[in-house]
Amino acid sequence: MRLSYKNFIILFSVLLIVTGCSGGDKKESNTITVWHWMSDREDAFQELAKRYQAETGTPVKFELFAPSESYSQRVKVSAQTSTLPDIYGVLGEKRDFASFIRSGYVADLTPELSKEDSAWKKSFFEKALLINEFLPENEYKVTPGIYGVPLDVMTIQMVYNKNLYKKAGLNPASPPRSWNEFVEHCGKLKDAGIPCFVSGFGEIWLIDAFASNYAMNIMGEKKVFDTYRGTVPYTDPDWVQVLGLFKQMADQKILVDGAVTMVNKTSEQTFANERAAYSFNGSWCVNVYKGMNPGLEYSAMLPPAFTNARSMKVWGGSGSSLVVNSQSPRRDAAIAFLKWMTAEPQQTFLAEQTENLPAVKGSLGKISPILSEFADDVDSTTHPNIYPVHENPSVTEAFDKGIQSILIGEKTPEEVATEVQRLKEKELKKSK
Amino acid sequence: MNLQKFRNIAGNYIFIIPAFLLFFTFSLYPFFKVFQLSVTDWDGISPYMNYVGLENFKDLFMDNTVFWFSMKNAFFVTFLALVVQNFLALFLAILCDREIKGGNVYRVIFYLPPVLSGIVVGLIWNWIYDGNYGLLNHFLTFIGLGDFARSWLSDPKSALIAVSVIHMWKGFGWGFVILLAGLQSIPRDLYEAARVDGASSWIVFKKITAPLMIPVFILVSILTILGTMQLFDIIIATTGGGPGYHTEVPMTRMLASMIGNSKFGYASAMGVVFGLILLIISMIQIRVSKMMRQV
Repeated sequence: MRLSYKNFIILFSVLLIVTGCSGGDKKESNTITVWHWMSDREDAFQELAKRYQAETGTPVKFELFAPSESYSQRVKVSAQTSTLPDIYGVLGEKRDFASFIRSGYVADLTPELSKEDSAWKKSFFEKALLINEFLPENEYKVTPGIYGVPLDVMTIQMVYNKNLYKKAGLNPASPPRSWNEFVEHCGKLKDAGIPCFVSGFGEIWLIDAFASNYAMNIMGEKKVFDTYRGTVPYTDPDWVQVLGLFKQMADQKILVDGAVTMVNKTSEQTFANERAAYSFNGSWCVNVYKGMNPGLEYSAMLPPAFTNARSMKVWGGSGSSLVVNSQSPRRDAAIAFLKWMTAEPQQTFLAEQTENLPAVKGSLGKISPILSEFADDVDSTTHPNIYPVHENPSVTEAFDKGIQSILIGEKTPEEVATEVQRLKEKELKKSK
Repeated sequence: MNLQKFRNIAGNYIFIIPAFLLFFTFSLYPFFKVFQLSVTDWDGISPYMNYVGLENFKDLFMDNTVFWFSMKNAFFVTFLALVVQNFLALFLAILCDREIKGGNVYRVIFYLPPVLSGIVVGLIWNWIYDGNYGLLNHFLTFIGLGDFARSWLSDPKSALIAVSVIHMWKGFGWGFVILLAGLQSIPRDLYEAARVDGASSWIVFKKITAPLMIPVFILVSILTILGTMQLFDIIIATTGGGPGYHTEVPMTRMLASMIGNSKFGYASAMGVVFGLILLIISMIQIRVSKMMRQV
């Protein structure tokens, strides 16, 4: 059959219109779509979706996009094209979260959380909600309110291997309580041929968390915040002291060889394979270690304090949080689903299946003993996302990279402090 | 214009519309969009962006020493790749150009690394370079060179070279295939005539192979420069740019600015400057190669 010129034009136009107007993957109008990045929880989420449909008749579709960097990009791109799902999570720092809210992509959940004498709000650990909250007169100029709910809580602290402790002649029931004791224990471990401490310091956020713990311990929150505001310089002796701890780690070879460029996954393998006695990691490690070495005998501890003048604070609080798309036509249904997801039976199920700390108080009694150890330290948590003031990201990066330079013996704490302060002054000048 | 003529012209254009739409959407639009974003303070999230003029470029040129340090690192890796990687590729191509037993097997083996994912290659080499349990350190100790053993990727003296070796290992296969194709296109009777005249292998290479291979050398070196300057995946899978800034390259700086600091506008300015530098290098290289051909 010969296709005439006229017919070709018609056929081409029809094809163009049909393909251009196709709706892609059309979803049922009442299906709630949830985007997440938590690959370890995929099966549990699918099971919960089934249960929710059975209970309420509302279908829920969980869509996994991993790794988290790809997920993060997808969410940002979808925001630009108004194709965000009904429920999603915002990864990144508080300023990113604030930008999503200011741009109108996130619903304010405060009215829902406050209903019935704030019953929903009260069910959560207070610290778990803080990360999703914007206080009055916040630096991001976001309308005060709570914009997300947590699915779990986490703490980033230290773990130690009990077997290796025994091998080194140390008491596994008595981990170090002070920095000096930690250094002393590391000496004994090294004498027994056991590498001491591993962490994924190739990922600079872990360096940041560790350094921040000691900054809070050595100089207290106020002075740290004053530094961020620019009223205390990084060349202050307290900051040099914080950096000096890393110098001590380098001098005494406390860190496992290569930890300075190690990603956290490799660090987790190192600890799970009993190639290091201590690790600095988040409470999610319980599930990770279980998968890598189910027989691993370890315990959680707070990083040993440098001074007893102030209690040790570690990063933690909300783990994974979800928000509701304010432009979603299924906004109310999405909020109802989030309420159901964060109710006690579902939180218990998630905690059991994924070995993560539940976000609601009622589910805490049903977690594993090792997870309970992490839960005990939730009260000692803080997080940059709840700080009243934030450091410029370029300064934070220079500080963390500077610590890497100290760890490889390239720079002294004083040199790093001077360099960071120089950058800080430049950034302050720019912001004026 | 009569209807028939209009139909003919319109007909021609209709045929190129699909290709043009694809080209416009995925090449032209993003290309110009980067220029637009580079003069804004866009954070990658907000639907609004503020025009900041040349502020991003000013900061990049005047204040961002880390970006230029990363550029220096990229040039270092590129230099190594141009010399070592391409020399290795040429050497192996010359060997495989001869009638050797199992030549096809070697070709497949040499071409395998480039088709592997950079992330996978990085992870494999992480294991080789590991300071405690790495294959390389074990080998060095075994042959009595244990003093050289180190944590290759964490030592500032070896980190960039170690990453360069991975990149060269992964990349030499491309050069090998192109150079081999070039060698095989040289008429064999030229070699036979030279042999009859009593030319040595070196003279044959110098007087016949090298001059006839100049266009191929140019192609391979341009591809090497463009590919190496945009090195990214191996760095992410091995050092993440560390220790300190020792293995940072422009692409990792752009990513840090874009994702780490939510400065899409600034990262776009980096992209524009980086693109211009690559363009200038390529133009210089083409000019030099034209001069060489004339010589």
